Amino acid sequence: MPTSSGESLVKISNLSFAYDSRPVLTGINMEIPRGKVVAIMGSSGCGKTTTLRLIGGQIKPTNGEVRVAGEVVHRLSSDGLYQLRRRMGMLFQFGALFTDMSVYDNVAFQMREHTDLSEELINDLVLMKLNAVGLRGAHALMPSELSGGMARRVALARAIALDPMLMMYDEPFAGLDPITMGIVGDLIRKLNDALGASSIIVTHDVQESLKIVDYVYFVSAGKVVAEGTPDEIKASRADYVHQFVWGEIEGPVPFHYPSSQSYGDEIMTHSVEA
Amino acid sequence: MASKLAEMLTNLGSRVTSAAWRLGFASRFFLMILMYSGTSLRRFHLTIREIYFAGVLSLIIILVSGLFVGMVLGLQGYDTLQRYGSAEALGVLVSLSLVRELGPVVSALLFASRAGSAITAEIGLMKATEQLSAMEMMAVNPIARVVAPRFWAGVVSMPLLAALFSAMGIFGGYLVGVKLIGVDEGSFWSQMQASVDFREDIINGVIKSFVFGIIISWIAVFEGYDSEPTAEGVSGATTRTVVTSSLAVLAADFILTAFMFRGA
Amino acid sequence: MNRATLDLWVGVFVAIGLGALLFLALKVGNLSSATSGETYRIEAKFDNIGGLKVRGAVKSAGVVVGRVSDINFDTESYLAVVTMKLEKRYKFPRDTFATINTSGLLGEQYVGMDAGGDSVMLKDGDVVQKTQSAIVLEKLISQFLFSKAGESGNDKK
Repeated sequence: MPTSSGESLVKISNLSFAYDSRPVLTGINMEIPRGKVVAIMGSSGCGKTTTLRLIGGQIKPTNGEVRVAGEVVHRLSSDGLYQLRRRMGMLFQFGALFTDMSVYDNVAFQMREHTDLSEELINDLVLMKLNAVGLRGAHALMPSELSGGMARRVALARAIALDPMLMMYDEPFAGLDPITMGIVGDLIRKLNDALGASSIIVTHDVQESLKIVDYVYFVSAGKVVAEGTPDEIKASRADYVHQFVWGEIEGPVPFHYPSSQSYGDEIMTHSVEA
Repeated sequence: MASKLAEMLTNLGSRVTSAAWRLGFASRFFLMILMYSGTSLRRFHLTIREIYFAGVLSLIIILVSGLFVGMVLGLQGYDTLQRYGSAEALGVLVSLSLVRELGPVVSALLFASRAGSAITAEIGLMKATEQLSAMEMMAVNPIARVVAPRFWAGVVSMPLLAALFSAMGIFGGYLVGVKLIGVDEGSFWSQMQASVDFREDIINGVIKSFVFGIIISWIAVFEGYDSEPTAEGVSGATTRTVVTSSLAVLAADFILTAFMFRGA
Repeated sequence: MNRATLDLWVGVFVAIGLGALLFLALKVGNLSSATSGETYRIEAKFDNIGGLKVRGAVKSAGVVVGRVSDINFDTESYLAVVTMKLEKRYKFPRDTFATINTSGLLGEQYVGMDAGGDSVMLKDGDVVQKTQSAIVLEKLISQFLFSKAGESGNDKK
């Protein structure tokens, strides 16, 4: 990333990944500088979430590497990986709150698992985190009693419980109404700046994310096809970016899933078989 | 014709290979549970919580079924024994059949459908809603935090439930035999005590239920952890837990019985 | 559900579970009267042991004094060799009579010990000399039928 100052927190170089023999990512290069919010955009199924899972070390790349804070993620021992993950926070697509625990216990989960803090101190910290997402009053509720937007915010409070250096958001805007979307977007930006963390947002929601991010990577068919600051992206005349940003139906991304035969041929053969 | 045969053989082969793969995976999973059991023992309240869900919540069904099974044994046993004039042996019949077989086996089958299915469904749903992934990303091992406590809770609960089932059944047999039909109370208990051996019968029964507890809990947590993260995947895994663990319990019962009571 | 209630319920569950085990051990099983103490071993040879099983009771005057620990067939004398473990505190004279009895008409078979008058007591590894075999019901019945047949034959004359 050309505008980066100093060393980047996350550096992805020549990263490839394949499920069985089906390639998902082919030779991706990205950098996430410290203190910045970076978005990875692309249409559904282009390998965005896979990229996050590779950064978190949940899967191993077939080629290339991910460096987080100077360490190659897939070469870490499982202890080393767990040490690294303590400094990462991740927001899952639908929150992934622990359904058998109250909001309070969800946020306190990591503190109880990883620290020896007293319950009084945990109490203060949990209420502080919940206050940061505006849900201090909801601490006694169970996840089933929350709306989608509230669940997302609780999950956000849980993800920042141990003040991570890297925040990852998997589709934070999916399925939210415009108001809640705005609230969540605003929170992501504010929390990033308050924590001094770096954030990666994986999303296909262009308009909302362009408001809050510092830099954007466009991924299509497992490759980075465009990158730039929000202003550059909006002004971009590249076909793919233009199609994506303005939501056009036809463009480099075809409407039809590729088929080996032509439509006419396929209809003919079917009628013969029947 | 030949191609049909080849196709069938390929099908069979792929089924066998995938079954072997799954068994290998399940065995590795079992070792991982044992390896990561430290947390569930060190922070025992995690296991206690699961004992509540697996054991305490199964109490009603176990106690009621035990009582009825014992009462039926009392009726049927009396009917058969009195033809040979040995109605006093009713205590022996009821207690031996419960302690050796019915107690461990029936309570294991009930446990598989009551608690085993619940464990599978819970873990499967946690996987489907990414709770397990989230835990992993929070540097908490889900096998240690979620799977192992449920496994050990099942292993601990099963022998206790089986003992309760047997005790309840013997009480049921006593109610029907002694209180209702009027078999002599003294010979009911004394003949029972004379023929039920503590080591050979009761301890072996406890060993059986302990083994069943391991089998059911293992299958339940594995099916949950291995389930497809979709609604159909979880429901399929739940059904498989009940079917597989019931069959496994019955097969294991045969093997254990063959070893334990061969000489007697 | 808070932690204290949970702990209480699990505590109750474990307590009644162990209680049931204790009930099985003491009231249903023979742990209370088990041969918990030290034992000594004696042997006895029988023509026919009937349906005697390993773990069968050894009784004297109706009191269980030991258990059958092993049953073998001696190919030299063609007799059944029954090995018994008796409790140390029960001593029997050397000329004790060992019989195989049945509790009730169709009940379990056990070894009965009728004490003799010898002043020397049986000790570990000794062989009981005087034995009486099991009464085989079929033989008894056929004997009875034969004698009845004989009687009725006499009556006709």
